[in-house]
Amino acid sequence: MFGQSRSQRLRGALAGTLGVGLVVGLGACGGSGDSDDDSTAKQSIDCSAFSSYGDLKGKKVTVFASIVTPEDKAYTDSYKPFEDCTGVDIVYQGDKSFETQVLVQAKAGNPPDIAIVPQPGLLKQLVATGKAVEAPAEVAANVDKFWGKDWKGYATVDGKFYAAPSGASVKSLVWYSPSEFKDKGYQVPTTLDQLKELSDKIAADGGRKPWCAGIASGEATGWPITDWMEDFMLRLSGPETYDKWVNHQIPFNGPESTAALDAVGAYLKNDKYVNGGLGEVKSIATTTFQDAGLPIVNEHTCSLHRQASFYAANFPPEVKVAEDGDVFAFYLPGKDAASKPVLGGGEFNLAFADRPEVKAFQTYLSTDTWANNKAKVSKGWVSANKGIDPNNLSNPIDKLAATILKDPKTVFRFDGSDQMPAAIGSNAFWKQSTNWITGQDTKTTVDNIENAWPK
Amino acid sequence: MLTAETNTAKIGLMLAAILLFAAVVGVILFVATLFRGRRADRWVAYAYLTPTLLMLLVGLVYPGLRTIYQSFFNAAGNAFIGLDNYKVIFTDADQLTVLRNTVFWVVVTPFVATAVGLLYAILVDKTKFESAAKALVFLPMAISFVGASIIWKFVYEYRPDQPNVKQIGLLNQILVWLGGTPQQWLVDSPLNTFLLIVIMIWIQAGFAMTVLSAAIKAIPDDIIEAARLDGVTPWGMFRFVTLPAIRPAVIVVLTTIGIGTLKVFDIVRTATGGQFDTSVVANEFYSQSFRSDNQGLGAALAVLLFLLVIPIVAYNIRQLRHSEAL
Repeated sequence: MFGQSRSQRLRGALAGTLGVGLVVGLGACGGSGDSDDDSTAKQSIDCSAFSSYGDLKGKKVTVFASIVTPEDKAYTDSYKPFEDCTGVDIVYQGDKSFETQVLVQAKAGNPPDIAIVPQPGLLKQLVATGKAVEAPAEVAANVDKFWGKDWKGYATVDGKFYAAPSGASVKSLVWYSPSEFKDKGYQVPTTLDQLKELSDKIAADGGRKPWCAGIASGEATGWPITDWMEDFMLRLSGPETYDKWVNHQIPFNGPESTAALDAVGAYLKNDKYVNGGLGEVKSIATTTFQDAGLPIVNEHTCSLHRQASFYAANFPPEVKVAEDGDVFAFYLPGKDAASKPVLGGGEFNLAFADRPEVKAFQTYLSTDTWANNKAKVSKGWVSANKGIDPNNLSNPIDKLAATILKDPKTVFRFDGSDQMPAAIGSNAFWKQSTNWITGQDTKTTVDNIENAWPK
Repeated sequence: MLTAETNTAKIGLMLAAILLFAAVVGVILFVATLFRGRRADRWVAYAYLTPTLLMLLVGLVYPGLRTIYQSFFNAAGNAFIGLDNYKVIFTDADQLTVLRNTVFWVVVTPFVATAVGLLYAILVDKTKFESAAKALVFLPMAISFVGASIIWKFVYEYRPDQPNVKQIGLLNQILVWLGGTPQQWLVDSPLNTFLLIVIMIWIQAGFAMTVLSAAIKAIPDDIIEAARLDGVTPWGMFRFVTLPAIRPAVIVVLTTIGIGTLKVFDIVRTATGGQFDTSVVANEFYSQSFRSDNQGLGAALAVLLFLLVIPIVAYNIRQLRHSEAL
């Protein structure tokens, strides 16, 4: 090919002009993607509570969380009063793979302004990236005022306080059928021994097995057993030992762990107790955690199912979840009636920027005003914020959870596997629990987890 | 960060991306026309290749080197630990299970899938219903690995052996009809790994069948007729005529399925999530990197996978060239 014909050159020039023209054109229309839909009239919101935040018109705060449709709407709705009164624009983004994404974003240097972090372990990882910023003094003051000291501790890394708690869930619950209890004269147990007696009684009455359980959850298969074990660790060895265990100040294969897991085994690996209508012990491994409690209301093949407050959403809509309804939950009792350890979970608002509008929004999220606003627009949401008015909670199970959280006798402890290093909390603990339920003995199980602990 | 919230914004963003692509191509074409003279065609070739090379460098070579570098570091990626991650892969009990499963996958899948495909291709060759029969086996190729795994999860589904409880899994229902008791198929290792391999074979047999069938049809008729005149048995025909003639195609099929099998991730993740001792290298690499937060070990697993795939890829390309040269 020597030289080019006239038409070829013309075509080339044309292509070039087209290209350059397009690039310039694109540059001109860039940045017009963000549409504002603040058209909702400023309803009768009392803005006086927001005056301290100042005028934040034209400012923007990004929020990143694991909560997606439909639950995310309650979050964005609860931000509305703040947006309307201060003029700030809150951009909420939910992603199911939040846990991995937020780490990638933080490491790459483009984190969101605020991340709603559901685990203290992840919070520590995020702080370790060096991109998170300490909570402002106002937030710390609010947390001192509205939350217990333990909650503040979960968001404190190396003596520095980072994030105010947001939502909370109670995991120490046992689902049961109030009508069945009434018909057969069963009593809600108030000690661990009574729980055992009740299980024996249901098993002896025949017709059904007392418990049903399921731990299948994709790659997270096994997590419900970690909750069981934490609950028993908390009850048999007490909160102080529990904290040491979670922080690996005592080994995972020590006598306390073995006792706790064996105590769980007395229920879950007991052929007389499980797995109501779902098969033998091993069927726990392949029953999804969502399906596991349904036999209580559907086939009536079991009576008890230990699962957190959020399990309420798994029952079909026609099932009434209430103390006088088809299904409800009681507090998984402590060793005796006087002690009240509660295992739970929660989320934290971690900030990666300290611009005034981010600080202001963070402060708003740590107030009782926000907690009550959020409670009003949510279905199935509780906070450990002491300022929350139980009348704002929409359903009986949330009220129960709030009552448990507020009880002065309650000793709250955060889900241990959420605080352990990821190699344990979201890998070895799940995996070994799954192996345990399919036949591995307790000693091998705790030994394997101990060996997997990052050195 | 580019985020589009409304659908119009999303479509706008897509159109902008397409236009940007067109613009880049336009600029390259324009630049290419600027060269003239004796060496012009060479420069034109460079102009066309540069963007591809750049993207390969940024998107493949750099991350590849970075992964190799990372594999010598600890979980957090901040301390050099030499070959320790590789030592873990070859000594830790869990990791050895992962390697064992990968060996099962790589040894069983390509050979069985190719054998099934070959047998099927020979059986339906020149029969009346050939195209329909071929379409039937080829259909699973159209299903994604995730979709296929979900289908097979239902096949293996377990319901207890109790009155009023009906099996919903095909395999257990057949077992019950035959008088057996239902099994939890995906729980017992190493049987569960082989049941997962069945899914892969189900998908890949169609691919093997199509390629091999085409190769069989390309065998010159005179060779076959000559063999028939010599009174060859059907087995002899297969062993001494068909197989040698389609050997390059068989090797290409074997290696292609082999590469796909080494990288298998979707099936394991969807069907068991790597639980019950079913994890393989690609799945373990993901869970170590993203779930377990052990980037060093994750990177080492990725490098191992890379090292295992390379010889097969090289052999595959050589065979491909070889068969094209024929």
